[in-house]
Amino acid sequence: MKFLSLVWSNLKRKKLRTSLTMLSLCVAFILFGLLSAIKESFSAGVELAGADRLIVRHKVSLIMTLPVAYKARMERVEGVAAVTHQTWFNGIYQDEPKNFFASMPVEPEPFLAMYPEYVLPAEQKEAWLKTRTGVIVGRTLAERFNWKIGDRVPLMSPIWPRKGDEAWTFDIVGIYDGEKKGTDTSGFYFRHDYFDEGRAQGEGEVGWYSVRIQDPEQAAATAAAIDAEFANSPYETKAEPEGAFIQGFAQQIGDIGAILTAILSAVFFTILLVTGNTMAQAVRERTEEIGVLKSMGFTNELVLALVLAESCLIAAVGGLSGLGLAWLFISAGNPAPTMLSVFYLPNHYLGIGVGLVLALGLVAGIFPAIQAMRLQIAVALRRNA
Amino acid sequence: MNWISQIVAVAIFNLRTIPNRKGSAITTVVGIAGVVAVFVGVLSIAEGFRAAMTVSGSDDVVIVLRSGADSEMNSGLSREETRLIADVPGVARNAEGALLSSELFVMVNLPKRSTGTDANVPLRGVGKEAASVRHNIQIVSGRMFELGRNEVIAGAGAARSFAGLDVGNKLRVGQNEWEVVGVFTGGGGSAESEVWTDAAVLQPAYNRGDTFQSVYAKLTSPDSFVQFRDALAANPQLKVKALLQKEYLAEQSKALTSFIETVGVGITALMALGALFGALNTMYSAVAARTREIATLRAIGFGASPIVFSVLLESVALAIVGGVAGAAGAYFALDGFQTSTINFQTFSQIAFAFTVTPQLLAKAILWAAAIGMLGGLFPAIRAARLPISTALRET
Amino acid sequence: MSTGQEVLVRVENVEKTFRRGSEEVHVLSGMNLDVPSGEFLALMGPSGSGKTTLLNLIGGLDRTTTGSVKIGSERLDQMSDRQLAAWRARHVGFVFQFYNLMPALNAERNVELPLLLTHLSRAQRKRHVQTALEVVGLSHRAKHYPRTLSGGEQQRVGIARAIVTDPTLLLCDEPTGDLDRKSGDEILSLLQALNQDQGKTIVMVTHDPHASNRATRTVYLEKGQLSAEKPE
Repeated sequence: MKFLSLVWSNLKRKKLRTSLTMLSLCVAFILFGLLSAIKESFSAGVELAGADRLIVRHKVSLIMTLPVAYKARMERVEGVAAVTHQTWFNGIYQDEPKNFFASMPVEPEPFLAMYPEYVLPAEQKEAWLKTRTGVIVGRTLAERFNWKIGDRVPLMSPIWPRKGDEAWTFDIVGIYDGEKKGTDTSGFYFRHDYFDEGRAQGEGEVGWYSVRIQDPEQAAATAAAIDAEFANSPYETKAEPEGAFIQGFAQQIGDIGAILTAILSAVFFTILLVTGNTMAQAVRERTEEIGVLKSMGFTNELVLALVLAESCLIAAVGGLSGLGLAWLFISAGNPAPTMLSVFYLPNHYLGIGVGLVLALGLVAGIFPAIQAMRLQIAVALRRNA
Repeated sequence: MNWISQIVAVAIFNLRTIPNRKGSAITTVVGIAGVVAVFVGVLSIAEGFRAAMTVSGSDDVVIVLRSGADSEMNSGLSREETRLIADVPGVARNAEGALLSSELFVMVNLPKRSTGTDANVPLRGVGKEAASVRHNIQIVSGRMFELGRNEVIAGAGAARSFAGLDVGNKLRVGQNEWEVVGVFTGGGGSAESEVWTDAAVLQPAYNRGDTFQSVYAKLTSPDSFVQFRDALAANPQLKVKALLQKEYLAEQSKALTSFIETVGVGITALMALGALFGALNTMYSAVAARTREIATLRAIGFGASPIVFSVLLESVALAIVGGVAGAAGAYFALDGFQTSTINFQTFSQIAFAFTVTPQLLAKAILWAAAIGMLGGLFPAIRAARLPISTALRET
Repeated sequence: MSTGQEVLVRVENVEKTFRRGSEEVHVLSGMNLDVPSGEFLALMGPSGSGKTTLLNLIGGLDRTTTGSVKIGSERLDQMSDRQLAAWRARHVGFVFQFYNLMPALNAERNVELPLLLTHLSRAQRKRHVQTALEVVGLSHRAKHYPRTLSGGEQQRVGIARAIVTDPTLLLCDEPTGDLDRKSGDEILSLLQALNQDQGKTIVMVTHDPHASNRATRTVYLEKGQLSAEKPE
């Protein structure tokens, strides 16, 4: 493109101003990337939630337990393909609540079948089935505490004290990975049989059930059928699709999305002004030059396009480098593992980012560009004399 | 002309040319206003949350949990243990006995008024002395619940945030129906986010047998805490820990407030960097536009430092205008804005209001001034270093 | 190219009026001028007499209020902005008093600018640029930026830019106005050579009698009117 080098030369003449503008854009898009990742982590899993899975919990509150006998009854409900359960263990590592992570007793084989997104090597699965005290931990959790297979981890649980008030000890037999980017790999899953036998009270109680249904289209009907099965019992249930359950939890944190959007709007408004002002200055300074270009036969539309291209080029260099830096930072790891269970930038945010870069370039450049387009040659040239 | 009056003369001269550079000046002002508004906005969330959690904590109220528990949610105490705690020296007494309340802390699902989605609202079963242990509980409408009946009272924050907590409403909890008979305040503290009922009624409803999760006790005086704590530790029948309510609440709010503060300061720092680039642009172009005037001033005998100071003065003035505008905007738009979030220690909701404190405003304006200072410094130095003879010839 | 008597530029009954606030300023009134092909015409007159306005009208940079401007067989006053731009790119080259080079581009890329509007390939453009720089005697300065060139050199780059598309008509607005006598003479010799050797028709606005002496004809403007004689 023969005009591109002309645009590029123009950018180079006020190097300081151009680079300062690019830097502010860069900062704006670093913020965009980081805030998007935070936003994503608060709604983590809604998109990745299995469409064919329901979560069934005690109707009154998540903290209340359900009888383990419900499993067999649920399996008989029409539309249900598989059932397994988990219980909130609230393990505390090294007596330090700061070391919080999610820990749950599960039934190994049904659990892995229910959650195919947790990828565990076959020999590690074998080891888990053979080891009563075995636990599998997610990759990010293992990295956080530098755990390796074979390590022994003691946990205390304030909710589920062990008989004799000893610490629960677990042997790490496997480390699972996420099938997709964004799959939460901060979990600590151990065997329910070991847990049930060791706990001082509450034998036969489980926290909640995960249910695979035969037809995702029938999710609402199947959920209703499960709730009806246990209606008017001392343990009424509330069944809902996994996505709705996760979203409900995210909404409890508050309107994180709205707050982050408000911040980003403030950021972009500011940056838009900075870039727009740069372009307006550039056009003002170059009034005569634009007149000369037109006298040579550059059409008004071409002049408009050149100014817009310049503005978009500034936006592209600054914005894309910002997105790149944000991406690098996010790839480097989770800065707050206790608050954010996952921390990554989904590809569609990169797409949105690139779109915003372009939009910002166009909006910042449009008024100066129109001004340049409308510039009367005779008037522009006279400024010099 | 002395040094000060030189600065004033040059500064006035500079400020008068601002209208010629409207675009740049407005960019700087608005840019810095944006930074300050975001700073104040984000940190007012942390302030509000901390205030809601800690304002009601007093230093003569203790909370006793099972040792190893980090919140009431995962603590557990038997009735026998609560009796032993009541006998420990240091607990205040009145005619009817120890000022102590054995409590249950569970959650009930209620829809948020704002979104209609379910939220975990804390439901607390209390003893009859609960209100005398905490000194600031007041019924503001309706009446107190009666012991032994399926009645609840709602904290003012909870009543505001969650549907179904108006006086006269009935809540269905499992097999039971509970009537809301009153609304209470608790000095703006975390109790206002809770729903209270008689612990004896809550126990069967939540299959808790005859157990509790915490004991709240009033001490004879703040000084008796050490005596109380040591006496608990010395009793071999008790595996519990005691904390001043104030410390407990501060601990509970720490994770979220420090997270918000870290994120808030991080965002502000990055934004400030962006605004700084904008300010630098403005001041460099201001200096460039006045190259000739500055050289002329130098030529007729003005010193270099009045030039530097006048450029700095202009930059800081613009920044402070932006800072004040941003802080005022955030204050009027956000202060007192009611919302609720989850307390990660108990996974239950806490209602709070965005709180813009004077310290926060002062800090924000300092940020703005710092941006202005940095943004003016390098351009000012450039202005002072301009070689007079070549600058005079600039067009 | 023919150097016969056929008329290249015909300005007929041209009026040009500017609005300044509520006031109307008549810059040109009832202007008639013919420039035969191959002429080197000097336009003289005091400031504000309308010289530059007339030059701008001939170059299609501005529009008449009434009257017609015909270049060859084309009526500029009837063209759209887009047509005018395309016409300028093909048929006319401008030389300005203050050279008006792009400071961000070196000499060679300044000269190349008008060629960007053509369909020429990169190599062809390079050849044309080299030729133009040779004509003005600046081949050795091709990579220099305007700020490192003297005024005379900058003006020669300006002329190279004006002739690189090989236009029939060169329009010069005070081409020596910012130069010392020696550099000005060199520029005038260059214009004269372009007129004589390459047959370019040149219209030059000037107020320097020394410059107008090099032209083949001189006309005078006074208050928007033309007079063949130098007014007293």
